Amino acid sequence: MSEVSQLIEALSVEEVDAIEAEITHLPNRESAAIEAMRIVQEKRGWISDESLRAIARLLGMSTEALDSIATFYNLIFRKPVGRHVLMLCDSVSCYVMGCDKVRTAVCDQLGVEMGETTPDGRFTLLPIVCLGACDRAPVMTIDEELITHLSADSIPDILSGFD
Amino acid sequence: MVTLSTKPLTERVEAVGGVVDMAAYENAGGYEAARQAITKSEPEAVQGLVKDADLRGRGGAGFPTGVKWGFVPKGDAAGPGHKYLVCNADEMEPGTFKDRYLMEMDPHLLIEGMLIAAFAIGADKAYIFLRGEYHESFKQLYSALADASEKGYVGQNVFGSDFSVDLVIHRSGGRYICGEETALLNALEGKRGQPRTKPPFPPASGAWGRPTIVNNVETLCNVPGILKNGVDWFRDLGIGNDSGTKLYGVSGRVKRPGLWELPIGTTIREIIEEHAGGMQDGYKLRGILPGGASTDFLTIEHLDLPMDYGSIQAAGSRMGTGTMILMDDSICPVAISINLQHFFAQESCGFCTPCREGLPWLEQLLIDIEEGRGQPGDLELLDGNAAFIGAPGNTFCLHATGAMEPLLSALRCFREDFEAHIESGGCPYRERGH
Repeated sequence: MSEVSQLIEALSVEEVDAIEAEITHLPNRESAAIEAMRIVQEKRGWISDESLRAIARLLGMSTEALDSIATFYNLIFRKPVGRHVLMLCDSVSCYVMGCDKVRTAVCDQLGVEMGETTPDGRFTLLPIVCLGACDRAPVMTIDEELITHLSADSIPDILSGFD
Repeated sequence: MVTLSTKPLTERVEAVGGVVDMAAYENAGGYEAARQAITKSEPEAVQGLVKDADLRGRGGAGFPTGVKWGFVPKGDAAGPGHKYLVCNADEMEPGTFKDRYLMEMDPHLLIEGMLIAAFAIGADKAYIFLRGEYHESFKQLYSALADASEKGYVGQNVFGSDFSVDLVIHRSGGRYICGEETALLNALEGKRGQPRTKPPFPPASGAWGRPTIVNNVETLCNVPGILKNGVDWFRDLGIGNDSGTKLYGVSGRVKRPGLWELPIGTTIREIIEEHAGGMQDGYKLRGILPGGASTDFLTIEHLDLPMDYGSIQAAGSRMGTGTMILMDDSICPVAISINLQHFFAQESCGFCTPCREGLPWLEQLLIDIEEGRGQPGDLELLDGNAAFIGAPGNTFCLHATGAMEPLLSALRCFREDFEAHIESGGCPYRERGH
């Protein structure tokens, strides 16, 4: 298989087009590293070794260099995640407002700890730093939705809205 | 006599009662300041106005904005290539929720501020470095940017002038350290977000080695008003020595947590008692982090201080982002210190040893004290190591310095609580059922 067709095998045409569009705003191809991984992760949920190699080749950099960037950032996932990613804020305002109790409720309800994925692949739980909604603490995001004013009691209802 | 605005940052949102779109923004006189500046004025004149208005950086450091803009080399001195304007929209300082409000509710205000700033420094490329988790901010900015581009306000020949600027949103991969401006520039370049050595400072050598100005969202949002209403108006908005308004926020156990645009220099007491409604019933105020997690604790002795750069600094803390976090009497000072140090330890970029190794070590010692394993001498050990780790110059950037501000001040303000943990071999707050 030629190098180009291998690349297309690992990344979709839409992904390559979106990455190339980002590159037009930047002075060199490597500068699109983070945006490129975000684009691929939006489609696939995470960055597999195969995706990493394909992105690195597209940007003209080594896979190792790209991996050192991938592993630096909180929002780039190098392991598969569940259908929904739940990020619970554990920073100081949410702490003052009782996020520890919310975390216990989430973990009890789903039967996994922070950093884990439920066996049915429904949720991945991750701690996150301040989500910038401290006047509505405690808060979390599920996928792109910000959910505020959390309490331990409200957790079962909230989680039941995500299949 | 025309009544000039007293809330230039939030008045349109209040009038509209929601997100200010292009039509509402223009009806309120929006984009006129940028149009006048770009088609009729000169970059140096715009810089002069912002300098005379004494606008200071609203991201935390308080550096005079016009002075910073003046550091960008002009003409041939800049050499060939781009100049960059970068908006630091990576709001991640724990307890801070002000830039989110501006971007979600009045995105054109930021775009107009950026147009004026780009014109003033001669930037032809502008980036909004946006917090990756701020999905709603991205949607609003993206849509506002599309509307502004369609009208010819962004891109080639802005307002029909010979000034052109490309404005792009970069969504961060997520790390607190990316709020540090040189780490932000590395992240913008697609690299690991590790701080750079200074000098050179970004106005001389920033993004991709070119002259770059990094300004906070709230700072840039203040620029259109200064051009529209004048230097004297802006200087008169502040109560004390500082100029303009400030977005102040309160989180914690108050009756009405929230965000208010008030004259800069409003007292802490007025913000907490009048605007936030005071403490919830059954809770007493003990500690105040005045401007985010990396500022020193203040206490109830400081309630009558004006929230401005000089007054808070004179009291041994920093105004920081101006969004304060309140610690009430149900919260254990040791436990909140663990929470704060956990954050800083986790978000260290790992480059410098005192920060990478020291912060987790301090967190563990605090955990030992909280869980009843504290030993006589531990507090002196904390004092000494925190002072060493926090001393500027022992690390490349100020991450560890910021981390030590709430710890050293907690050790000072709430000493008796730390001592009680060691003496009683446990946490008195837990024993009381908190």
